[in-house]
Amino acid sequence: MAAITMLEGIRQAIFEEMDRDPAVVALGEDIGVYGGAFKVTEGLLARFGPERVIDAPISETAIVGAACGMGYLGLRPIVEMQFIDFIACCFNQVTNFAAKSHYRWGAPVPMVLRGPSGGGVHGGPFHSANPEMYFMHTPGLKIIYPSTAYDAKGLLKSAVRDNNPVLFFEHKYLYRRIKEEIPVEEYTVPIGKAAVRREGKDLTILSYAAMVHTSMEAAEMLAKEGIDAEVIDLRTLLPLDREAILVSVKKTSKLLIVHEDTRTGGIAGEIAALVCEGAFEDLDGPIARVTSLDTPVPYSPPLEERFLPNAEKVAAAARDLAKY
Amino acid sequence: MHVANSVKETGTTAAKLTRAQHLDLYYHMQLNRQLEDRMVRLFRQNKIVGGLYSSLGQEAVSVGTAYALEPKDWLAPMIRNIGALLVKGFKPRDIMTQHMAKYTSPTFGKDGTSHFGDLKVHHTISPISMLGDLIPVMTGVAMAGRYLGQNIVALTWIGDGGSSTGAFHEGLNFAASQRAPFVLVVENNQWAYSTPVARQVPVKNLADRAVAYGITSKITDGNDVLAVYGTTKEAVEECRAGHGPVLIEVKTHRMKGHAQHDPAEYVPKEMVEYWKARDPIARYEKFLTENKIWDAKTKSEIDSRIERELDEDQKFAEESPLPPPELAEQGVYCDGCHTIEADWQRSKDELTPPNCSVDAVWEVKSFGSLDPDADAEMKAAAPTKAPQQSSGNGAPHARSEKSSPKTPPKALANSPVKATAAAGDKDALETAAALRVPFGRGPKDRAFREERAQKEKEKTRRGKRGRR
Repeated sequence: MAAITMLEGIRQAIFEEMDRDPAVVALGEDIGVYGGAFKVTEGLLARFGPERVIDAPISETAIVGAACGMGYLGLRPIVEMQFIDFIACCFNQVTNFAAKSHYRWGAPVPMVLRGPSGGGVHGGPFHSANPEMYFMHTPGLKIIYPSTAYDAKGLLKSAVRDNNPVLFFEHKYLYRRIKEEIPVEEYTVPIGKAAVRREGKDLTILSYAAMVHTSMEAAEMLAKEGIDAEVIDLRTLLPLDREAILVSVKKTSKLLIVHEDTRTGGIAGEIAALVCEGAFEDLDGPIARVTSLDTPVPYSPPLEERFLPNAEKVAAAARDLAKY
Repeated sequence: MHVANSVKETGTTAAKLTRAQHLDLYYHMQLNRQLEDRMVRLFRQNKIVGGLYSSLGQEAVSVGTAYALEPKDWLAPMIRNIGALLVKGFKPRDIMTQHMAKYTSPTFGKDGTSHFGDLKVHHTISPISMLGDLIPVMTGVAMAGRYLGQNIVALTWIGDGGSSTGAFHEGLNFAASQRAPFVLVVENNQWAYSTPVARQVPVKNLADRAVAYGITSKITDGNDVLAVYGTTKEAVEECRAGHGPVLIEVKTHRMKGHAQHDPAEYVPKEMVEYWKARDPIARYEKFLTENKIWDAKTKSEIDSRIERELDEDQKFAEESPLPPPELAEQGVYCDGCHTIEADWQRSKDELTPPNCSVDAVWEVKSFGSLDPDADAEMKAAAPTKAPQQSSGNGAPHARSEKSSPKTPPKALANSPVKATAAAGDKDALETAAALRVPFGRGPKDRAFREERAQKEKEKTRRGKRGRR
């Protein structure tokens, strides 16, 4: 089987799930005739028709609200945010309506809310965000942020079948830049399980999404210097795979967390607390983090490069940590 | 094209009800009032955990609207729609235990007031405190019901205050663009907490807003239960026939403060008196007597039945335990505790490829010109006549007609997609060919770019200056 991009993996997951179950419908802005801003849903309308592929007005609140209502009647809507930044427009529907529904009155909302996220493509302050932490703080949601084509496909299929509102972040830098061979036969990837991308013994680099690739690059640089780094890909942020994090930290005794999200209130803080609670005795050094700056995502290339973490910054932090 | 923006007054004669139904309306309105009356007493005894919102004077709205729905229809109440919950089949004990935060409440004490629902039997969706959010949600319910072939109608309420939210606009616009079978009752009780309606909106009638959405609207007397019922019944029928959504403004008055803590001193005394004289229950009692639908004996039988039921349910609620603390940790996720299954009332085959597949094309009906003559000119310039008029209400039921190639396609009013024109219908075919751009042919399409580049080249060759 030929190698496919992450975008193609996502596309295949949507097609396969809609083929499998007519309760799966798609709605969003320009997803039908146009095929989506990034062409993820190209051909979807032709195959599944206008009843199942709904071009909605520019109304994020209405789209997510309607998806909740559809979910109550037993449908499984896949909602596209044209850019995930616009999820801010439907914050209330996501956090107050969808997320709390099952806890409050036992009504599950089986909805997937997916969209392109992340920087590195010079999209500027409103087309580059990583807004996952707004939602990390919202019980009732699940958050997936894959880094490979295989995972993107398998996790999206799991998300569609999940009974809860799932936010599915698709790093747009990875859409067409990574390629991978995936199995011909059907598969899913379980939600809530991290993956070890590189085994190592000296320190753990914990990351997700595009930063997994940055971390892998850094790990290769470090290997040449004799530092053997383990790289863990979280894949799912909520619920967090506590077990996998603690196992790796107990093994290497050193933890570096890398995320593209901004620093203050980023997931690194939460993981640091979790490690202190569960593996403090095993730590041989301070928990370190490499993150974006605490600023909006700037537009101009030199500014954005300064803003984002890169392999050099990760390697430098790892070298400091390895000295302990 | 179905865009009737008529605003009409509906008289009390509109409703055609049996004697039993007439009495049922009274029963529910009185039950609503007596239940709330008891809860006020419970509140004063500190037995209600949170706030208590009164719908005194608005009972006809909740009861009359909900009574126009069939059991299969869906509703989503607001805090002052306890009467609608009763009509839909919930018991007074559900509402009492909710307010008293008991373990026996529909939410087991996890949420209060009328923040509960039931997907399986009562088809009722729980509200949240943020106003307007139910409008898009019920739009989705209406769309899903249509998709599943259930022929249902979804209904929710919004206050005059909540009509100023963004969710109101987004939801109603989406419902309108989808022609969803959705009834929105704008319950104008004159007050958004302490702000009178005239300070919130500059329009005379909230129903006037329907014009902006291209949907039907109606105005009715919210203190006349038969008028409310009749108007809603009409709206529900219009929606069921595919002519939705419909906005109904009911004019009424909130007779108490925003909640129990609010003495509502900002409401002019004369205004209270004006509406007190129009009390919906007293008016309806008079109607029943004057039309000889009941006598004193019937009234006292219903009243004592209400008394009996409320005694029983109040006892149940008061004796119910509070939830065990560990319940707080449970139920954040649905981990298989609920099965999600749609109630299919049409063949799934219709929605499965290849039956659901279409030739996806752009269809541009108007060139958007300010000058109507220009539109006509451009259309005349095209090799054929005007496009075939579509069926109107646009429930998206279009499928490609591949199985029956002789039939002309059923077109959609609101979907940009049209099935391929049938070979037999030459005019339609030519029109379609003239007006549509094949799927996928945008500026980013390679063939499109190449074609354009070729044209540019030719232009340059002829000595004209290229655009670049």
